[in-house]
Amino acid sequence: MATPTSTVPPSAAAPPAAAGKRRRLSQISGRDRLILVVMVSIPLLLHLLLVWVPAIATVVLSFTEWDGLSSVSDIAFIGLKNYWEVFTVFDNRFFPAVFNNLFLLVFLFFGPTALGILFAYLLDKNIRGTRFYQSVYYFPVVLSLAVVGIIWKSVIYSPSQGLVNTVLGRTAEGNQIDWIGDQEKVFSFPLPGLDFDLGLSKNFAAILVAMAWRHAGYIMVLYLAGLKSVDPSLREAASIDGCSEWQTFRRVVFPTMKPINVVVLVITVIEALRAYDIVAALNTPQGMELMSILVTNNLVGEGGGNVGRGSAYGTILLVMCIGFIIWYLINNYRQEP
Amino acid sequence: MSVTMVTPTRPAGEVAPRNKQKVRPARIALHVFLITTAVIWLIPLLGAVYTSLRPYAETSRKGFFSWPDSLSFDNYTDAWSQGEMARHFFVTAIIVIPALVLTLMLSSFVAFVVSRFSWRFNIGMLLLFTAGNLLPPQVLVQPLFQMYRRMPMPETFLTPRGNLLNSILGVILIHVAFQIGFCTFVLSNYMKTIPKELTEAALVDGASVTRQYFQVILPLCRPALAALATLEFTWIYNDFFWAVILVSTGADRPITSSIQNLTGQFFTNDNLVAAASILIALPTLLVYMILQKQFISGLTLGANKG
Repeated sequence: MATPTSTVPPSAAAPPAAAGKRRRLSQISGRDRLILVVMVSIPLLLHLLLVWVPAIATVVLSFTEWDGLSSVSDIAFIGLKNYWEVFTVFDNRFFPAVFNNLFLLVFLFFGPTALGILFAYLLDKNIRGTRFYQSVYYFPVVLSLAVVGIIWKSVIYSPSQGLVNTVLGRTAEGNQIDWIGDQEKVFSFPLPGLDFDLGLSKNFAAILVAMAWRHAGYIMVLYLAGLKSVDPSLREAASIDGCSEWQTFRRVVFPTMKPINVVVLVITVIEALRAYDIVAALNTPQGMELMSILVTNNLVGEGGGNVGRGSAYGTILLVMCIGFIIWYLINNYRQEP
Repeated sequence: MSVTMVTPTRPAGEVAPRNKQKVRPARIALHVFLITTAVIWLIPLLGAVYTSLRPYAETSRKGFFSWPDSLSFDNYTDAWSQGEMARHFFVTAIIVIPALVLTLMLSSFVAFVVSRFSWRFNIGMLLLFTAGNLLPPQVLVQPLFQMYRRMPMPETFLTPRGNLLNSILGVILIHVAFQIGFCTFVLSNYMKTIPKELTEAALVDGASVTRQYFQVILPLCRPALAALATLEFTWIYNDFFWAVILVSTGADRPITSSIQNLTGQFFTNDNLVAAASILIALPTLLVYMILQKQFISGLTLGANKG
């Protein structure tokens, strides 16, 4: 249909195929235009005001000192002092928190993310009982991580009657393993300039297993959807060419899944960086420090909070994830002009 | 079979033709692996159910793997009354229902405009919404907390302290603001697949924008809206972070974030805690069992381009 818009080059919004048919705002009556503006501006303002304004304010406030109680005019700019304090020995929780977040990221990636992809790959073979397996692997995803933490704590990791200690025969008084409380390190290493060793606490390792239980099903569902859209003739061609199953996956299927791979990777990264619920629900035992906990620890406290420091932690978190978010956006919107 | 023959891509949901070959060792190994992992996956939940049905005195004496002397719902009734769960469930309902309705309504507005009309800011707006939804909430919590504290509100049921802190409205608003991002992304992808001719025809017939939205687009989006509603219900219901941060009094928190008080209260009684966890998880588990298809399609819509 040759509408006047078809002569206009595809606008920023429309995919090329649809651009010609899409109406421009100028063709619409004044009243309708007003309605459209209202329809967009309410959600947009709400989102900007409660998400982006605070996100930017976090960066600004990270250069200030403020207890949050006094008036806004008492906010004092102090330059990089908050960051200096965070990165020097003054603060002995920052590096353990960064370590835990990064370890969580690596663990999620090589553990449950890889397992979820394996589940998806196996279930895509259409074996008997696919629906059942899919339901079972996925159900932990509908639970809150806070609830997951509590269930694992009271059923699996309970010192006196938990499943793990029962299996290990360690439920007797005095012989128990306190999985949630034991902050002894599984491994540790020194970091130059730091007067204590960084490492993985036993209790954090225990929690990682609970998180894996929930994460694998999530990835499985995303990946399974991707696998279903891979052209089967590609696999046939590969197998005729003599590729083994692993080679077919590695060289043929995996590369064609690139958009989904990016989604899965970014979701894993964001999950690792925003992790909070499971640790907070267990009242943040020593050894489970996370960046998110450091931010909220400075919200309120004696004599007000420490908005500047808390915002510095928040800004560091933002810096850690912004690259991945941009990558995700490029992956999603690249094909549109 | 020739290599050049192109088999059409399977539509989502449809499965590959079953291999007709005989039972091979590899296939048996595959089933063993899947069954083993499935059992492992079920253990925490089934273990929680089993523990919650037995008294603490019994499990602490006889251990986890033991035949029960008695099974009862006592832990459930205790957890329900001691945890004041009726109250917490009520708070949850008045947060989740409005938040869900508002999120779907507002995001379908944006998606409708973005997918139906060429507007210079369309792509920028979508980028903004999508990126905002991916931000860890901790990035914005410090300034948001201070903004909420300073936002004057009338002292009503929704905002009892005269500002947005410790208020139901405050929790609802941040959920809506955050979740609009994901829903707009999914819905705009979905609406782009609806043929333009439909709204063009409506326009020719003189239908206003509101009529196009309500009578043409919205009815066609029912599957996507159903999928999103299921997904968003669990996400908002499962929220722990916002309620814990924005509501300081434990008694006023919705059910998922009340779990922190519960574990403090029932400190030593793992069986009671297990019962409380099951009760809290029950709504989402039920929704999942009934609407599993919606769940999966909601996530899939979010991951794939429309």
